Amino acid sequence: MTIRPPVIPSSEITSQTLYLQRRKFISNSALWASAAMFPEISAASTRLHAAVNSRYSTTETATDYKDITTYNNYYEFGTGKSDPSEYATDLKTRPWTIDIVGEVKHPKKWDIDALIKTFPLEERIYRMRCVEGWSMVIPWLGFPLASLIRQAEPTANAKYVEFTTLYDPAQMPGQRRAVLAWPYIEGLRMDEAMHPLSLLAVGLYGRALPNQNGAPLRLVVPWKYGFKSAKAIVRIRFMEQQPLTAWSRSVPSEYGFYSNVNPAVDHPRWSQAKERRIGEFFKRDTLPFNGYGDQVAGLYRGMDLRKYF
Amino acid sequence: MDFRNPVSRLKIIVFLLGWFPLLRLAILGIVGKLGANPVEFITHSTGTWTLVGLMLTLTITPLRQLTGYAGLIRIRRMLGLFTFFYASLHFVTYIWLDQFFDLQAIVKDVYKRPFITVGFMAYLLLIPLALTSSNAMIRRLGAKRWQRLHRLVYLIAILGVVHYWWLVKKDIRQPLLYAGILAVLLGWRAVRRQRAKD
Repeated sequence: MTIRPPVIPSSEITSQTLYLQRRKFISNSALWASAAMFPEISAASTRLHAAVNSRYSTTETATDYKDITTYNNYYEFGTGKSDPSEYATDLKTRPWTIDIVGEVKHPKKWDIDALIKTFPLEERIYRMRCVEGWSMVIPWLGFPLASLIRQAEPTANAKYVEFTTLYDPAQMPGQRRAVLAWPYIEGLRMDEAMHPLSLLAVGLYGRALPNQNGAPLRLVVPWKYGFKSAKAIVRIRFMEQQPLTAWSRSVPSEYGFYSNVNPAVDHPRWSQAKERRIGEFFKRDTLPFNGYGDQVAGLYRGMDLRKYF
Repeated sequence: MDFRNPVSRLKIIVFLLGWFPLLRLAILGIVGKLGANPVEFITHSTGTWTLVGLMLTLTITPLRQLTGYAGLIRIRRMLGLFTFFYASLHFVTYIWLDQFFDLQAIVKDVYKRPFITVGFMAYLLLIPLALTSSNAMIRRLGAKRWQRLHRLVYLIAILGVVHYWWLVKKDIRQPLLYAGILAVLLGWRAVRRQRAKD
């Protein structure tokens, strides 16, 4: 299989320094403004600096910090929406390592801080659509998954990438019950993983990622339902076989491996045609691939998306 | 109403407590504590209280049989009507806040989504019970026929629990709890009936 390099933005060809400076200025002022609006952000967490990558960012209004950090699905800490913000506070995210294993030329145990220093961070304002029918707009901070993959150099056998979340029932009370098969596993096809939209996030709203949002490192795949974006990642494995992902394993008839946002393919028990954007009163129409169709529809050309839901 | 009468006092207490779920929602709404997804919160809250109301209503008869306190029967109608009230709020939340009167979407939902189908059925069945709850209606129907009609509540409670069960994604602890309570309440009646026959 071929690994396509991402399209080089024109901004990087013409006067990059100027472009970045301007971006940085805008993003910093936006961050200051958001910090003033949401005093909770100014709490303990570390400030992270990154310019907005406008090429991959939406201009829609970002969801309130408070909502992003108190309304979460993160079954490792309980199945209630407020459980993660309540029970994830004590999760130890340092020291933290991420194992790069499997079909790669350079397997490696990355220290999280080394990872953050190695790959330049950028801000990406993405839509996030949950399989349950609600959505948010989240200003993530992170780096393209493709950067890490290129560094690891997958072998020709690498067809899929598997992400594993931390398994530690002592710290993650939700894992003491078998709601899902632990540890949480997610996965992408290689071309999906290499897509420039696929992000490894380490922060949001200009700050280090709160624990309830998947600290210290999480995946963000904005054209797929939220559960595809694994949190608190400890291992990234390159494989020839398609990984058996957590939700798909638990209820195969309801959650497929691909799980692309698709208003035309309903969840067996509820419609996916509309969504409630958190903070809004009226529901809005859900867009194919969560509005990222221009960029990602090509990945699935010729595939029956009803069959590969 | 005679306040010295213990039955009247019980009725007043139940009447006041019955407004608590609505009052709680109103207060949470006013102070902005309905969370990130208020419509979902209201839907779940009114749905939960409907189930609680059904369970409490169905507890009256076994409790009366256990304690021998006949006065309990006097609060059953009120509990039933509060249950209908919260079921109506739940239904209106769905029609109004969730679907915003999109009739086509609602019809499709009721037809296509089993959990909504059973919930909708349960609500429809509650209506005749609420309409025939007055003494005048009992007289008009005759006690026997009235009782037969009101046995529908068993089916309604089962449908209500199924509605909840089919809606949750994975964690079925809560629906299981209601199913367990309902099994005890209905089981009690079945056993007594059997004993009466023997």
